[in-house]
Amino acid sequence: MAEENNKATGCPLPLSNYPRILLAHGGGGRLMHQLIDEIFRASFDNPDLETGHDGAILGWSGNKLVFTTDSYVVDPLFFPGGDIGMLAVYGTVNDLAMCGARPRYLSASFIIEEGLPVETLRMVAESMHRAAVEAGIAIVTGDTKVVEHGHGHGVFINTAGAGSLEHDRYIHPSKVVPGDVVIINGDIGRHGIAVMSAREGMQFETEIESDLAPLAATVARLMENGVEIHCLRDLTRGGLATGLIEIAQTGKVSVVIEEKSIPVSGPVRGACEMLGYDPLYIANEGRFVCLVPEKDSGRTIEIMRSLSWPATIIGRVGEGQLGLVTMIGAIGAERIIDMLSGEQLPRIC
Amino acid sequence: MKYLDEFRDPIAARAMLEKISVAASREWTIMEVCGGQTHSILKNGLDRLLPRRINILHGPGCPVCVTPIEMIDRAIEIAQRPGVILCSFGDMLRVPGSRRDLLSVKAEGGQVRTVYSPLDALEMARKNRDLEIVFFAIGFETTAPVNAAAVYQAATEHLDNFSILSAQVLVPPAIEVILNSEDCRVNGFLAAGHVCAITGYSDYEELVENYHTPFVITGFEPLDILQGIYMTVVMLEEGRPAVNNQYRRVVRRDGNPEAKRLMGKVFERVDRKWRGLGNIPGSGLGLRAEYAAFDAARKFGLEQYEKEEAGECISGLILQGLKKPFDCPAFSERCTPEHPLGATMVSSEGACAAYYHYSLTEFQRIKKNRNE
Repeated sequence: MAEENNKATGCPLPLSNYPRILLAHGGGGRLMHQLIDEIFRASFDNPDLETGHDGAILGWSGNKLVFTTDSYVVDPLFFPGGDIGMLAVYGTVNDLAMCGARPRYLSASFIIEEGLPVETLRMVAESMHRAAVEAGIAIVTGDTKVVEHGHGHGVFINTAGAGSLEHDRYIHPSKVVPGDVVIINGDIGRHGIAVMSAREGMQFETEIESDLAPLAATVARLMENGVEIHCLRDLTRGGLATGLIEIAQTGKVSVVIEEKSIPVSGPVRGACEMLGYDPLYIANEGRFVCLVPEKDSGRTIEIMRSLSWPATIIGRVGEGQLGLVTMIGAIGAERIIDMLSGEQLPRIC
Repeated sequence: MKYLDEFRDPIAARAMLEKISVAASREWTIMEVCGGQTHSILKNGLDRLLPRRINILHGPGCPVCVTPIEMIDRAIEIAQRPGVILCSFGDMLRVPGSRRDLLSVKAEGGQVRTVYSPLDALEMARKNRDLEIVFFAIGFETTAPVNAAAVYQAATEHLDNFSILSAQVLVPPAIEVILNSEDCRVNGFLAAGHVCAITGYSDYEELVENYHTPFVITGFEPLDILQGIYMTVVMLEEGRPAVNNQYRRVVRRDGNPEAKRLMGKVFERVDRKWRGLGNIPGSGLGLRAEYAAFDAARKFGLEQYEKEEAGECISGLILQGLKKPFDCPAFSERCTPEHPLGATMVSSEGACAAYYHYSLTEFQRIKKNRNE
């Protein structure tokens, strides 16, 4: 396909079918989705995988278990507002929460690079313990492997989480209907910019801290208060834009968001302006969207704000073209929000 | 955010749109030359908010899009050599050469690094004297002074393991190609603010004199662009073409003399091939003879490398304002955002992709009329 494309064009276009894995295949955009669809989904084919959810909901004898896993390869290991250990706990806890589950048990596997100071590993483990206590989850099993120097990046962590589903509600993009309100729990883009500034040694006027946070308690509070949640999605790699596109495509609905309502802090906006990044695509680790019927939107915001989240309505589910996310810009024109074809790259001038 | 929010104010933007509407008594076609302005126009939907009498065309101002295929092949060839690190701006990595792109070379183990400035590459050369460090120098007049500074510094420090692959191009010669075309439809230009911040605008005064076409040096925020369009329309309506400077907060008539001096010291004008536009005499910047040791094409024996481009994509014509996306036989059929044939359909903010997203219904109506 790439060969055909190149023969047929007189000007540059990004390739879409690469014979080798690129960093962009892990970026959360179109390439990663292509990889999942064409390799993993095709090979592991089964109905539980097909739901396209943050975790699999498994049931037997009347009980329902939610099961999920994620790997963490962040560079650097410690960044403003968090570290890889905290990320490995909260990230998996949040995936369970997005399915409406109560987090119960966590596994932790470590792939450690030869030469890593033991003290660094101790700091990561202690951070994981603190995060697990805060998120109400127990780390009950694990694994340790060491790879040769130069074959890892300090430490990679994989966590798998199990949670209990203690209600009959099915929280999933397929439950989203026109008229639903899209609510976000805070400003976007902090995590991606915080990690990048630590990695690249960039100094901004104000230090930007990651938004890393556990979300299960917030989801639990919404459910206890009877909010009719249709869909939840944490906005990690690929950011708000990718999260909403996934919901629109899986749920076969259209979503319209308003640029002026989307909270972006001044320092994050400034960093994005400087680098030519769009905050809509920057990774977060403590932000999620909650899609609820109009009747429940006020209560949702009230509950979130009572938990110190500066929650706000950013858009609505519409009747338009299915699978499409559009944004009404500050000046009033509407534009399509598309999935990134690879990683966001800094601009030239 | 101070100095940005003022230029994105919706109330002021609507007032400016109204002023344009009142000022334009007839249809005018205006081209913005810079890719940054194209991005801003489409991102903010200005093309759809403007009165229908104002037709906006997108010019050849994206340095990534206009870098010819043979230059990318040269970069790929260099990146595959042992003992070499090729440094590039990130945007360039996914643009394919004749067979593959720099991202693939990197995935296969080639030493390709993303940098934010040629000075980062220079620093790499200082720290790795046993390796050859090559900077892929693409861009317009905006980036050329820093490239010149990097070469000048390397020469001063005798860093003989540093070189640049120069693919730098100049804006005014490309504008002249557009103006010289028999089919030129452009009535006025928005000139790129960042380019003029370096060069000033005496070149544009010459163009006005020779072609009787107005130019407005314009910034990149929505209000900058709307004001630039308004100033162009006023000149067109009055029939008095000139160079006006909308971007006074950044641009002076003489530009940045120190930057120009450094550019002139290190670089000289050379003929340069543009992707989609072909060879344009005097449109590129090559290293002067005294800095030839820092020319990567020469150093790696790739000066004679030529590659013909083939294909059915008409992005080159679209970028010159000679064709509209609707004129392309492949539009919306063999060329869609999911399966793009060319640069202007690649991103949702490219000209063809924007037409596809926002005007597909209109296109289907036009096509139906054509067939009847």
